[in-house]
Amino acid sequence: MNGTTPDTDRRGVEEPGSTGRPSSSGTTRPETARSGPAGHGPSSDTIIEVRDLTRDFRVRNGPKVRRVTAVDHMTWSVTRGEAVGYIGANGAGKSTTIKMLAGILVPTGGEVLTCGLRPVQDRRRLARRIGVVFGQRSQLWWDLPVRESFGILAAIHSLPRDEERARTAELVGMLDMGSYLATPVRQLSLGQRMRAEVAAALLHRPELLILDEPTIGLDVLSKQRLREFLIRERREHGTTLLLTTHDMGDVERLCDRILVVDHGTLAYDGTLDGLSRTVGAERVLVVDLAEPCPDLTVPGARHLASEGDGLRQHLAFDPGTTTAARVLASVAEHAEVLDLTIAEPDIEDVVRRIYERGAGSPGN
Amino acid sequence: MNRTLSGLREASQPYRAVLASRIRAQRSYRTSFRADLVGTAVVGLTEVAEVLVLFSAANGTLGGLDLRQALLVFALSELAYSLADMVFGHVDELAVLVREGQVDVFYLRPQPLLAQVVTMDISLRRIGRASLAVVVLAWALVANDIDWGATSVPLLVISLVCGVAIFGANFVTAGGLQFFLLNAHEVTNAFVYGGRHASTQPATVWLRSVTVIFGFVFPMAFCAYLPAMLLLGEPGAEWLPAWLGWFAPVAALWAWTTALLAWRFGIRHYQGGGG
Repeated sequence: MNGTTPDTDRRGVEEPGSTGRPSSSGTTRPETARSGPAGHGPSSDTIIEVRDLTRDFRVRNGPKVRRVTAVDHMTWSVTRGEAVGYIGANGAGKSTTIKMLAGILVPTGGEVLTCGLRPVQDRRRLARRIGVVFGQRSQLWWDLPVRESFGILAAIHSLPRDEERARTAELVGMLDMGSYLATPVRQLSLGQRMRAEVAAALLHRPELLILDEPTIGLDVLSKQRLREFLIRERREHGTTLLLTTHDMGDVERLCDRILVVDHGTLAYDGTLDGLSRTVGAERVLVVDLAEPCPDLTVPGARHLASEGDGLRQHLAFDPGTTTAARVLASVAEHAEVLDLTIAEPDIEDVVRRIYERGAGSPGN
Repeated sequence: MNRTLSGLREASQPYRAVLASRIRAQRSYRTSFRADLVGTAVVGLTEVAEVLVLFSAANGTLGGLDLRQALLVFALSELAYSLADMVFGHVDELAVLVREGQVDVFYLRPQPLLAQVVTMDISLRRIGRASLAVVVLAWALVANDIDWGATSVPLLVISLVCGVAIFGANFVTAGGLQFFLLNAHEVTNAFVYGGRHASTQPATVWLRSVTVIFGFVFPMAFCAYLPAMLLLGEPGAEWLPAWLGWFAPVAALWAWTTALLAWRFGIRHYQGGGG
């Protein structure tokens, strides 16, 4: 597993469960690439290479010892500069994969190269080139002011004085942390602490930032701030992002590529848009009407539900065949529209459908 | 020379930064720090009392040693142990660090794991217990009939350094085992604290099995009993003759070899701190 084999045919191995994968080589689509730097393609170098990666755990249940496979022969790679969402249900193998990428866990089988290094053997060299934020762990010293934690981390990464000062100032400015730099970490709000954690992981200017559930428990405003920062950090420094999340907002706003993992295997690799199209995710138009109205029948859309004697109606449509404007225009022919909302495809719903398809089809 | 010195300064910078912050943090809570100092000294006092009670129950002699001699053994062990506990004691709490996910964080930093775990904290409050041990040791060195020839002072220094190293190695072994045996505290306590306790006693009263385990596997006899016998000019115990005391550095080396092997084995079998 430690042998370095030449990396030809990076994404050549199709996962058995993968549904048709549209342009998986990091091609950015306008809908999903709000944050993506342009101009990188399959020819740019690979920053994460996972080949046939497997990790088993021994689970003791009374006297019996079971082997559980958390990651099962996974093969994929990430190109430098990409922003990749790594999603899946709890226990799908996300954190296990990340720990193998960072050198925390030893793979049971297969091969992994992060920044061209073998994570377990070259852990210390790798630590200088990646930043990792675990939503549930802290890099900071709970009893020290944020500023002092940064100072210690700068010493840990052997940053020269002026470099430390410049980078800290930049991060403090971008993450708006000036007001609480002197506050001990234990007194920070969750949102403040997460920003400090992200800054701590980026202090040494890593090429690759891995975020494990970075927005878990954050309020809407804190999430938004963090996402805006990550988009900017990526734009300005070309940092590669790999993030696991349960929040579809994270994926939609930050990621130009999605890997869906299910029971330790790769179920999908491609864009969010492609994912929605592949499993047929529809958007839902919700209209509030001036007067009660019988269930609407509109060409290109499907009536889902009505509330309040038809004052509010839910219509599903496929963005691939019609547009929201056309559906709305048809509705307007029947009744006066007071207000409307359009629900984006729900990522959890999409992922669930992939799971259902996977469970239904043989050989997966 | 200057170059290696500045290189060493640079390499130790990460550890010094962490340790300095730990020391600042402990000193910033003055009242509680003072209370802790007194607390650890009281623990030490209890240990002394135990020896006194034991000897009065045994009519003043135990395993061929009188109370003064036994207090020399006790004080050597107690000083080495409390210093080791100050520097390495928290390594024995590794299972807690694993559960809290702190170990995962150490993996993300470019320093060796063991060095990070050792330097993550220093328990200055143990100075209380160490100070008491110094007092008892000074008294025992004066009260006993010791030939202060050319070898006694170097012997004393070597024994203390090796004693700290051996106790420290025990903590590291315990930590290494806790990487994958998260409920192994009872097992590791057996040699960490059992070993400490055994080392305060004259080895002549040890059972044969104890002599093997704490004489050679976990070489506790080299921390206090053997050097004390050399200082006192006593012959030592069966299987543990006093002259073995000169081999304390070898014992320390052996203890660290097993400790580092246990640690390495632990790292390789780390299962992660959960999702």
